[in-house]
Parts: sequence; structure tokens; C-alpha cells
Amino acid sequence: MDSLSTTTAAAPRRSLAPSRGHLLALGLVVLALVAPFLLYPVFLMKALCFALFACAFNLLIGYVGLLSFGHAAFMGGAAYVTAHAAKVWGFPPEAAILLGTAAAAVLGTVFGWLAIRRQGIYFAMVTLALAQMLYFYALQAPFTHGEDGIQAVPRGRLFGLVDLGEPSNLAMYYFVLAMFLIGFFIIYRTIHSPFGQVLKAIRENEPRAISLGYKTEQYKLVAFILSATLAGLAGATKALVFQLASLTDVDWTMSGEVVLMTLVGGLGTVLGPVAGAFIVVTMENYLAQFGSWVTIIQGVIFVLCVLTFRRGVVGEIAHLLQRRAGRKES
Amino acid sequence: MVESAPVIGADHALTPTLSRKRKRGDERMIPLLHIPPQALFGQLLLGLINGAFYAMLSLGLAVIFGLLNIINFAHGAQYMLGAFCAWFLLNLAGVGYWPSLVIAPIAVALFGIVLERAFLRWIYRLDHLYGLLLTFGLAIIIEGLFRQQYGSSGQPYSIPPELTGVWNLGFMFLPIYRGWVIAASAVVCFGTWFLIERTRLGAYLRAATENPVLVQAFGINVPRMVTLTYGFGVGLAALAGVLAAPIYQVSPLMGSNIIIVVFAVVVIGGMGSILGSIVSGFALGLVEGLTKVFYPEASSTVIFVVMAIVLLLKPAGLFGRAA
Repeated sequence: MDSLSTTTAAAPRRSLAPSRGHLLALGLVVLALVAPFLLYPVFLMKALCFALFACAFNLLIGYVGLLSFGHAAFMGGAAYVTAHAAKVWGFPPEAAILLGTAAAAVLGTVFGWLAIRRQGIYFAMVTLALAQMLYFYALQAPFTHGEDGIQAVPRGRLFGLVDLGEPSNLAMYYFVLAMFLIGFFIIYRTIHSPFGQVLKAIRENEPRAISLGYKTEQYKLVAFILSATLAGLAGATKALVFQLASLTDVDWTMSGEVVLMTLVGGLGTVLGPVAGAFIVVTMENYLAQFGSWVTIIQGVIFVLCVLTFRRGVVGEIAHLLQRRAGRKES
Repeated sequence: MVESAPVIGADHALTPTLSRKRKRGDERMIPLLHIPPQALFGQLLLGLINGAFYAMLSLGLAVIFGLLNIINFAHGAQYMLGAFCAWFLLNLAGVGYWPSLVIAPIAVALFGIVLERAFLRWIYRLDHLYGLLLTFGLAIIIEGLFRQQYGSSGQPYSIPPELTGVWNLGFMFLPIYRGWVIAASAVVCFGTWFLIERTRLGAYLRAATENPVLVQAFGINVPRMVTLTYGFGVGLAALAGVLAAPIYQVSPLMGSNIIIVVFAVVVIGGMGSILGSIVSGFALGLVEGLTKVFYPEASSTVIFVVMAIVLLLKPAGLFGRAA
């Protein structure tokens, strides 16, 4: 039996050399700091938003073993609320994002409360159906402006000081990076906390976790809410980056896309979703002019990943390193 | 559209979105609690037709899930393939509706068998979720290819001449084709139920669902049965597609629009019982039709709301065994 999560990359790396993980993290942060001078900032902001979205999604699938097929609801719901707050109510960006994220948390509480009653495939179908319900709501509700979406959302001044709308996009980029790092840190700490250990226990063997006295329902619900909230943070930030909240954000294809990113990068790995998001966003950028071919290629990648490449990019690398380390020891 | 103006219900034959937009405009003309019986029966008929498709599709999903333990996300795409297959047969080979009703499901079922042999059989030992992801990938490939070729707009497929026209039932006008769809799907559903619950072949199938290893030890070729079962489920989806072709337009997106609703139907009914998926399919179609009469804004979401309520009261589904 091949379990859904394929790696435990974090643990052996720490036992080998405690500093290696920190060095990697430091290197990546430095890279992220200089990146806007090397690459197009809007592309990087898009990738970072999706990376946070995928990390939030991975918290559920990778560490609790719950496949949510409706995460677009949280991303899109937060995007709509943030866009509406910033544009119609004139909220400053930090308040708009906070409100959007809170909306996603509320939505996550309701959806999670309903969905955790079922497991496995049913869980996926329930989340998909609930998200579709939100999609139809967004299609009809007046404040979302239907097919047009909420356009020309002002980015505003952060804390009244920093103008996020300045044309070089640098301020906005560092703001997005900060949002991503906050979200990523929360997820990292969650995974490596006692709470995270219980989540993994539920993933591996839920009846056993119950027999040990854990109220698994509550753990699953809290994980679901956390995942939804951070997906909301990603969506809220994305709404300010593109100054737009539209139906594509709540569409079921968006839910499929985040599954793809996580799968490509590596389910249940810390950095996998980030790598997956950058790969998928890059691919979409290059293929944007070919219309439906983007979807077709995404489908092909889905099939290939499931059939041959279940560990994903990061999972595969971690597996190789682990095998190498094992050989050295013996 | 061949059938036109005087028939109540016929003008809702467009996609659900379009008919909803229409309804919103009509709202002022229908005072609440004074609903003309024509509109009521028209919507109930429409609901029953949607229900017929929900029933056939959720039936196929349940049959496939029973033996393969895979949720066939490609079911909507295969339904769309059935409709397109009939359209191809008509426009490229001049083959009419009645032969298509047989040829298209068989062709799509063969395609399904190829998919099963080429892809699905490699993942039976894995977590069930991989089946969902794999068939999701297959679905977006198929739909993407058709969208690349035919765009998002629909291709018309006309009603066969034998089934055009309407019957006057006294209290309402029934377009003959709609009556035919309901009757045909009821027969198909009953036939499938009979095949699985009342024949020897069905007994093998049910036994293999419970314990494939033991059934194989009795000398029954379970892998072949798995392949044929997948083909059967896919063929059922394609048959629904052919029946749907003259009602809805033949469009690349017709499958993904309906499959999510069918998933909700499956969650409500539970996949444990064949009869359960048939009954819940028809019933939810009716609920949707009724909602269109009394509160049209909610007609696209009512099934999801019902799903949420069922989850609260009876988490295993109305007919389901604990999952």
C-alpha cells in the first residue's frame, strides 16, 4: 500500500545536520528578496500567492490526509470580500485583507463543520459541492458583479504610509512576500508542533488516534479552518495584486489547479507546494497564448504525476537524498 | 430548437444559466402562491428530466465505485462524449438518432475500456484519492481537447422526427421527446437495477464488490469483470449524453456543469445502494424543478443545500451504509 503522503523529509534532514534546513531557508529568503530585480514582479507576486494557497491546501491533504476539492471557495470568497471592502467601503489594504481572511475563516468553519462528517472520496465530493454552491452565489449576488467581477480595486496605502500602487511594484512585492512568509511560518510551526503530530497520527490511522483518546473530529476541524484561513489570506492578497476579484477565483478549475500544484511539488512536503506553484504558474505564463492547451497539458501532468511521479519534485529529491544518506551510513 | 413557442417548458431547454436569467425577468409576472398550473407542471417536468439524467449518471458512478473503488471524475466528460459521438455520427456519417442511441454508448464504452486498461488498472492498489485525481486529469484533457476544437458554445442536435410534437394531457402539454427521455431513463435504470440485483452476473458483481480475492478463487475472472464494469458505467453515461443531446445543446462544457451536481446527489443518496441512487436522482431533479417555481434564485444551489442538511441529519447519506 502506497500511502497518500510519501515523505517525511523534515525529520531525517533535521537529524542529519540541524543547520542544513536553516541554510536552505535563508538562501531561499535571500533569493526572494533579490528576485524582483531579476524577474517580472507581477509574475513573482502571482506565484507567491499561489504558493501560499498551495501550502494551505497541502496542510490538509499532506498532513491530515483530507483531499479538499473546494479550496477555491476560500481563495475566491476572501478575494471578493477584500476587493469589495477596499473598493466600495474604502478600507485600507491591511484592513481589507484582514476582513477577507476572516471571511474565509468563517466560511472554512461552516464548510469544515459539514465536510468532516464524511471521509475520503466523500469528503472531496462534499467540499467540491459546497464550493460550487458559493460559485453560484457569486454568480448571482449583486456585489460580485457577476461575469465582470470587481475590477479596478485600489491597492491603497499600507498603514497610511507606504503606497502599494506605485508603478515599480516593488512595495507591493515585498508586502506580498511578507504575507507569504507569515503564512508559511504559521504552517511550518503547525506541522512541527504537537498539534501537527496528532494530525499526522490521524492521517496514518484515525481509529488508532481515536483509541488514544484524541477527539479527531476537533483536530480535523481546526486544521480545516486553518487551511481555509490561509487560503483566504492568499486570495485576499491576490485580489490586491491584480486589483481584481472574479469568478475564476471561485471556479472549480481553481480548486483543481491547487491540487495540481501540490501534486507536482510533492504532497506532504514543506517546500513541495511552493515549488509546484512556481512550476505551474510559469507553465501557464508560457502557454497563455495557446488557449485550451493549458488545461490539456495540466490534465496530462495530472495523469503522469498520479501514474509515475507520486512523490512530486520535492518529494523525489528528498527521497534521493535520503537514499544517498542511507547508503553512506551502511 | 425544433419545438417552440406555445409549449410550456420548451423555452427552458437552453442551458440552466440561460433559463435562470429568463426566470429572473419573468419573476414579476408570477405572483407567489398564484402559480399557474401550466408553469408548475412545466417546471416539474423539467425537473423530472434533469432528475432522469442525475439518476443515470449517479447510477453509473455507483456501479463503478462499487467494484473499482474509484470515483470516476471523468463521468461528466464521458457523458459529453456520448452527446458528441451522436453529433459526429449525424453530421459526418449521416447516421440518425436511433442507431446513435446504440452505437454511441458502445463506442464510448470501448473508449472507457481502453482508459481502464491503459491508466486506471495501475492505481487500484493506491489510496482511493489517486483514482479521483487520475480521472480528474483525464476529464480535463478530454474537455480541453473538445473546447479547443469547438469552443464553449453548443452545437444543435435536432429531435428525431418520430418524437417531435406535443401531447395534450389536459392539464399540460407534454413534448413527446421529453416524455420519451423520462420513460427511456426509467427503463434503463430499472434494467440496471434488475441486472445487478436479480441476475447471476449481477450476483458475481456484488460478490466481487464484497471480496474480490475470494470470488477470483472461485474461478471468476475478476480483472475482466472490473474492465467490463467500467465500460458499462461509462456506456451508461454516454447513453445519458445521447438522450440529452436534443434537449441541451451539445457542448464541451455540458459534462462539467452536471457532474458536480451529480456528486452532490451521490453524497445525498449514498453509493451503497443502486436503488438509492436512482431514487435520489429523480427526487432531487423534482426538488430542483419545484425550487424553480417558488424561488428561482435558489434553483442552482438547492441540491447543495439539501446535501448540507442531509450531512447534518444523516451523515452516511439517505441510503448509504456508514462510510
